[in-house]
Order: sequence, then C-alpha cells, then structure tokens
Amino acid sequence: MAAIMSGGMWASVVLAGPSDDKLVIDEQIEMTTRTAAPEGHPLDEVISGWHYRTPETRALETDTFQNPGMLAVEEGAQIWETVEGTEGKSCATCHGDASESMAGVGANYPKWDEDSGKPINIELQINKCRVENMGAEPYKFDKDGQKPLTAFIKHQSLGQPVALDLSQGDMQTWWDKGKDLYYRRTGQLNLSCATCHEDYNGYRIRADHLSQGNANGFPTYRLKQGALVSIHNRFRGCIRDTRAEYPAAFSDDLMALEVYVTWRGSGLSVETPAVRQ
Amino acid sequence: LASTAFAASVVAPGDVAIEDGAVSKSLTGAPGDAAEGRKTFADRKLGNCLACHAVTDQSEQLFHGEVGPPLDGVGDRWSEAELRAILVNSKAIFSEDTIMPGFYTLDVGVDVREDLVGKTILTAEQVEDVVAYLITLKE
Ligand code: HEC
Ligand code: HEC
Ligand code: HEC
Repeated sequence: MAAIMSGGMWASVVLAGPSDDKLVIDEQIEMTTRTAAPEGHPLDEVISGWHYRTPETRALETDTFQNPGMLAVEEGAQIWETVEGTEGKSCATCHGDASESMAGVGANYPKWDEDSGKPINIELQINKCRVENMGAEPYKFDKDGQKPLTAFIKHQSLGQPVALDLSQGDMQTWWDKGKDLYYRRTGQLNLSCATCHEDYNGYRIRADHLSQGNANGFPTYRLKQGALVSIHNRFRGCIRDTRAEYPAAFSDDLMALEVYVTWRGSGLSVETPAVRQ
Repeated sequence: LASTAFAASVVAPGDVAIEDGAVSKSLTGAPGDAAEGRKTFADRKLGNCLACHAVTDQSEQLFHGEVGPPLDGVGDRWSEAELRAILVNSKAIFSEDTIMPGFYTLDVGVDVREDLVGKTILTAEQVEDVVAYLITLKE
C-alpha cells in the first residue's frame, strides 16, 4: 500500500500547485521566485511562497503602494533616524543612508559572528548595535522596533538573491544541526518540517496551501494577523502546530533552523516584506 | 460505576495488537456511533481528517485537504478491522514516513506539548466512532 500511496497520485484531484505567474514589483524589479536548487538540496527547484498564494494575495506584493507591509517598513525608516540610548546616536549616525549602507546586506544573513561564536541574524545584529554602539536596551523578541527595523533593513535588499556564506566560522556545523532539526519529527502529530514543506508542498492542507516554507520574504506581512510576522515566530507557530513544545526565539535551535531554512531558499530574491495569507 | 466498568474494558494504546494490518476487536468492546464519528472526523480539534482528506459525504464543510486520498468508497476498500488499524497507527500500515498521524498510539514525535504527554489524539471511543463512520462510506 505504502508504495502506491506516496504523494502526488490522486489523479482525480486537480491539485492547486504553485502558480506560473512572474513577480515584478512596481513594474520594475524582476524577482527571482523560482530557481535551480543549490547543490545538496533535496528538491530540484526552489520556489518562493509567493507562488502558492491566491491571485489577490499575490497582487498585493507587486505594488509597494498596495503592500500593507510597507507601512511597517516606513516605521523602520523612522526608527533608523531616531536617536536612542546613552551615546546619543541613531543607526543613521554611523550607517548613514540605509539605501546605500544596507543595500544587499540582508540577503546574506544569518552571518557568522566572531564575538559570540554563533550565527547572527538581523534582529540580533540590531540588538548588538543598540547595546554596544548606542547604549540602548536590546529589543525583546517581536517587541518595539524589532520587526519594522528588521523589515526595513531586509527591504534594502529587495530583489537580491539569498546567499549564505557557509565557509565563515562554524556556519557549516550550524547548518548541519539545522538540517537535523528540519527532519526531526515533533509533537503528538509526529511531523517534521520536511513532512509538510518537502513532501507535500503544492498540496492543500485544509484551507492552507503548503509551500516549500522558504524564509526569503521575512518578516512577512500576514493578512490573517494584519501584521508583520518574524521568522522565529513562524518557526514557533509551525512547531506548535505539531503539538510540540517550541524553542525560545533566538535559541541555538531556532538559529540553526534559520541558517538551514534560509539556505534552502538560496537564489530566491529577498521579498521583504512579502505578503502571505 | 457504569463509567468504571466502561473504562476497564478499554484497550490501552500500548496494548493494541495490530496483526496482518488489522485490529479485529473494538477498542472499547462496543460498536462505535457513526453519527458521532462523522463529527469527530471534521472537528479540527479532534480528527481533523478533512485537513488532508476530501470526502463527498461532507461537502457542506468548506475546504477539504488533498494531502491524502479522497475517502469516498473507503468502506469498500478496507475492512472494519483494517480501518481501525489505520486509525490506531497509520505508520504501522503505510510506512514510517507517512504524514498521517497515528490517532491511538504513544509512538509520537519528540518534545510533545507538556499537557499532551502520554495522551493519544483520539480516545478509544472516538476511534470506534470514526471507524463506524468510515465503514458507511461506500460507493
Ligand atoms: C556607533 C556606531 C553604530 C551605531 C549607532 C549603529 N551601528 Fe550598526 N554597526 C556598527 C559597526 C561598527 C558595525 C560592524 C561591526 C559589528 O558587526 O559590530 C555595524 C554593523 C551593522 C550591521 C551589519 C552590517 C553587515 O554588513 O553585516 C547592521 C545590519 C547594523 N549595524 C544595523 C544597525 C542598526 C539597525 C542600528 C540602529 C538600531 C545601528 N546599526 C547602529 C556601528 C554602529
Ligand atoms: C503540519 C504542517 C506543517 C509543518 C509540520 C510545518 N509547517 Fe511550516 N507552514 C505550514 C503552513 C500551512 C504554512 C502556511 C502556508 C505555506 O506557506 O506553506 C507554513 C509556512 C511556513 C513558512 C513561511 C513560508 C512563506 O513563504 O512565508 C516557513 C518559513 C515555514 N513554514 C517553516 C517551517 C519549519 C522550519 C518547520 C519545522 C520546524 C515547519 N514549517 C513545519 C505547515 C507546516
Ligand atoms: C496530515 C495528513 C493526514 C491526516 C490529518 C489524516 N490522514 Fe488519512 N491519510 C493521509 C495520507 C497521506 C494517506 C495515504 C497513505 C500515505 O501516503 O502514507 C492516508 C490514508 C488514509 C486511509 C486509507 C485511504 C484509502 O483510500 O485507501 C484512510 C482510511 C485514512 N487515511 C483515514 C483517515 C482518518 C479517518 C483521519 C482522521 C481521523 C485521517 N485519515 C487523517 C494523510 C492524513
């Protein structure tokens, strides 16, 4: 039975599948939303979550004026200029015009951080600068300016291909650990990330249309929540849905998962803020 | 008293014997209720079977999944004892890798949510109800 029953054989069902559209933002920026998978990837083609959304949701991302996530990006732009902390500095004091200093930066995160001996993501890099360079409190997970500022920085890489440098420090070890976690079945429902996003992407699971679960659009704007959603929040939500306890944000487990999941989307354009359902 | 007597005849998850892909005896010692089973099947907090399976009999429900095969005619394809085995632990019937959860097994994933440790997704009674319902799905 098992052999004939593996995914993709219900000839009577018209599968929704990923759409064939092309994503062009503001009729200018041609986005890479499908690309050949990097070496060692289990799938042949890497596909952005954009392709799995409804035509209405897809349309919202093609126009920055319609993209509801852009409000948060503008909020991030203001935070960038805002002086905070004991040193009397803003991000702009040191980094100037973000459209220059941050262009392409977000596409290469997580990066290796020598100081902590761990990978660092944009959220943690912001906190590092707040603490070490501004004399300000670090943002708590998903609080205050964390999501808008992260989205603002990633948005400066809109259209740039996601590319991690796994040769930095111990990045490869963290990638390995992230891969283990990706295939580990959790919770009472006994599911791994791969069960849903590798084996069944393109299928409907009740009202949801399963994508490959790529990270290139984060923070994403979720219509359901009417707000930006961070990548660690998404990870925790997916793990929770397997009826498992979920790791803390920025824990070693979720950082390893971020390294590995981001790598799985190598070559896709950064879409931040992507629009999802 | 009645409920104690009932509980005593329930087969515990660890004691269910799957033989030749089948569990021949009712887990409660009594037949299930197909009408209840129909509800358990659709209920997102219980079977949530519609997440993965479409079934014409429940076309009043919005959104049927397409991860598993449509269950129309499933009562012709499998015997009652086989359907019970599929529900108890799909992994023992299809493959270790199947996406379908085992609904009456403690052979589950790691880091199970604290309040669910040692608990099955469905109770023995709910499994019997769903089995009774599936058997009505004939073509
Ligand atoms: C006093 C100077 C100073 C301030 C203020 C400052 N930074 Fe930085 N920032 C740095 C330095 C120096 C580096 C590079 C070394 C490091 O990683 O700490 C850096 C690195 C970064 C990077 C990584 C760049 C890359 O190429 O990988 C980002 C992103 C960043 N900062 C964002 C911010 C944000 C957002 C703020 C405001 C909340 C901010 N910085 C405030 C000095 C500053
Ligand atoms: C029970 C099925 C299921 C499991 C298991 C699961 N996910 Fe998801 N995931 C979903 C659904 C449904 C969505 C929303 C639709 C979509 O984009 O696939 C989603 C969305 C995502 C997204 C957002 C994709 C985008 O384009 O915005 C990421 C990233 C993701 N999942 C990662 C993971 C990771 C990492 C794991 C394991 C730790 C995991 N998922 C486990 C069902 C699952
Ligand atoms: C997360 C997905 C998922 C859920 C939830 C799920 N199933 Fe399944 N089911 C499958 C898949 C996939 C198969 C096919 C076997 C395989 O590929 O491993 C299957 C196979 C079956 C079969 C055999 C079908 C046939 O036509 O021969 C039956 C019966 C069945 N499931 C009943 C149920 C019932 C009843 C429930 C809820 C109590 C349920 N399933 C919940 C995914 C699921």
